[in-house]
Amino acid sequence: MLFSIIKNRIEQGYRTSKYPNEEIKLPERFKGKPEINSNCEQKIAELCASNCPQDAIDPKEKTIHLGKCVFCGLCEELSNGSFIKFSNDFELAVTDPEQLIYDGMIEKLEIHAKKHFKKLFGRSLQLRQVSAGGCNACEADLNVLNTPFFDLSRFGIQFVASPRHADGIIVTGPVTRNMKKALLKTYEAIPDPKIVIASGSCAISGGPFRGNPEQLNGVDGILKVDLYIPGCPPHPLTTLHALLTFFK
Amino acid sequence: MDNKLLKINNGQKIKLADIPHFSFDEFYEEILSLALNDYYIVHYFAYEDKGKIRLVAVLRRKNWLFVGISDTPEKYPALTCKCTKFHMFEREIAEQFAIKPVGHPWLKSVRYHANYLGKEDIFGNDYSEDIPGRYEYYSVEGEEIHEVAVGPVHAGIIEPGHFRFNCAGEKVLHLEIQLGYQHRGIEKQILNANKKQLPVIIESIAGDTAVANSLCFSEAVEALANIQVGMEAKKIRGLALELERIANHIGDLGALSGDIAFLPPASYYGRIRGEFLNMLLAICGNRFGKGLIRPGGIRFSITDKQKEEFVNRIKKLKSEIVHIGDMLFNQAGVLGRFESTGIVGTEIAQQLGLVGPAARASGILYDARYDLPAGVYQEIPLKVVTEHTGDVMARALVRYNEALQSLDIVETLLTELENNNSYKHTEFELEPDNFVVTVHEGWRGELSHCIITDSKGDILRYKIKDPSFHNWMGLAIAMRNEDISDFPLCNKSFNLSYCGFDL
Ligand code: SF4
Repeated sequence: MLFSIIKNRIEQGYRTSKYPNEEIKLPERFKGKPEINSNCEQKIAELCASNCPQDAIDPKEKTIHLGKCVFCGLCEELSNGSFIKFSNDFELAVTDPEQLIYDGMIEKLEIHAKKHFKKLFGRSLQLRQVSAGGCNACEADLNVLNTPFFDLSRFGIQFVASPRHADGIIVTGPVTRNMKKALLKTYEAIPDPKIVIASGSCAISGGPFRGNPEQLNGVDGILKVDLYIPGCPPHPLTTLHALLTFFK
Repeated sequence: MDNKLLKINNGQKIKLADIPHFSFDEFYEEILSLALNDYYIVHYFAYEDKGKIRLVAVLRRKNWLFVGISDTPEKYPALTCKCTKFHMFEREIAEQFAIKPVGHPWLKSVRYHANYLGKEDIFGNDYSEDIPGRYEYYSVEGEEIHEVAVGPVHAGIIEPGHFRFNCAGEKVLHLEIQLGYQHRGIEKQILNANKKQLPVIIESIAGDTAVANSLCFSEAVEALANIQVGMEAKKIRGLALELERIANHIGDLGALSGDIAFLPPASYYGRIRGEFLNMLLAICGNRFGKGLIRPGGIRFSITDKQKEEFVNRIKKLKSEIVHIGDMLFNQAGVLGRFESTGIVGTEIAQQLGLVGPAARASGILYDARYDLPAGVYQEIPLKVVTEHTGDVMARALVRYNEALQSLDIVETLLTELENNNSYKHTEFELEPDNFVVTVHEGWRGELSHCIITDSKGDILRYKIKDPSFHNWMGLAIAMRNEDISDFPLCNKSFNLSYCGFDL
């Protein structure tokens, strides 16, 4: 028995990534930060906008709402890359909801990271996760941060069981009516000062459920959000980058 | 035994007018007697058509589906009293369409929302109150009895649900599982949604089942819109579904091991799960396969280079999975916790109508890929994996052996790919006054979608059934007379869907 434990240990080796000290390249088809060609033909921009399942594109201004977009890539497909092209860059998080309306530029998150947050939480950050109607993709890709490859706890960041032990919440899902109260109660149970992170298209804007009366179109309506992490779901590296840049 | 319903195939388009229409009494007798014999319920739901409410039942037996429609009374004697398989379905119908199954042994709202018709609420709930949970819980009385309430917010990063244990000391006498916190009203939303939104909504029913859901949706739309799909696309769809299965089975085996504090497999399988998600990422740009499958085909093909790389990766991962499996299933401490824990016997599993690995672990020989094959599964020889002990061990073994089988399927499919997929984004028109039901074996079991169109070709009713709809009750039964400390283990061995159930 012991023999097989040792054998497996040797076979598995050491798997933790060197990120952020070494860059990681995601596969070509990964859809990260879009590149927008604002000189593209109006007709094409309009075609993309009218077909976008999330109505995330403004064809006049030539912008994408990153909080509504689910990164399906249809706009890239329809414009054949001439209007929108998704890059591999996974650094998508923003602090200001205005910045979600994206015209090809995101200000570096570093600029917006508040000093006092860094001072308070830089060495140890404890987060309580609340799923409020999430489809389990966001939840699963947060959970993954605890696996050996990402190994979140090496940065002093942990997901905790009790809100009383937490410095903030990270919310997934559009906030269903049936979870509103539990979400607010969890938030109230966290000692001040506390932070709120909205993870994924649903938590930011309601995602595919936007406008549906059983949900609240995201966290914004009931709590002040400090950090928005776009994606459907956000890639674990998008989240890791956001947490490290904002708090470390 | 013979029956009066219409015999149909998985994914077959049927004119509504061709479906036999019964008086309620006849319908009642028929579906009850079938369900008491060896027919299982795939769907039992209501819909509204020109102001009339109708009931639809889709039953299955061996390789066939059977469908019938009936008029609807305002109330009727509950089928559940005579056949447990109807338990959740009747509660759902009561909640959605205010039809009362009189004498139902536990008539309580399923997801906590007002009914679709604006009628008086059957459960007496006031939905201006935010919280689901202002209702009674099943309780046990006695001096030594205490209740443990857990949730909706749980300790880890998981979805919300409420678990109410009635215990004598450490022993669980009864567990009631109350869900509905994730309810987004998807079935209702679909009726008002723009067609272009549908694929994205469908992929967000349950993220860990995004592939299976979009497969059921796309095949249903293809049937109603008369769209043919090429073999290459079918293969890649099957491949994606198997990758989804492997990732979830392997991840859960790791989590099971973690729950009993045997950490090496938890770390290794946790990491290996990601390798399969990363294959989906490489194929379509999303780790859960979102955006891959659309009515008409698949949006991405697999390049020759990817093909070769995946085959090599799968070979290597397979041997790692087997090595870790050998370590896991031979460890005395693991056997001590897995064996004889959370037993669901064959007979109870049949009575409840369990599906998927949970059913197969209790000796039920049903796998939709084998019994009701669609798409590429019509070409794949499959051996249905079963166990007989119905405990955590059996569920773990079924999932382990299925993952291994799926690895072989993926390898075969990969080597057969010809890289001649063509896809173009198209809009679809559904045929009016038609009906279709699609079934796939998702990793949790039988997943099924059903679409009914109206005279204009708009969707009149979209019904989704996640396997968890059958299986949550199985978990509750598995916990009876177990120590409460075994709950995480039992729970993980089922690993059911909250959002898939809540819709
Ligand atoms: S990628 Fe985003 S913006 Fe483009 S079509 Fe999809 S949802 Fe719309």
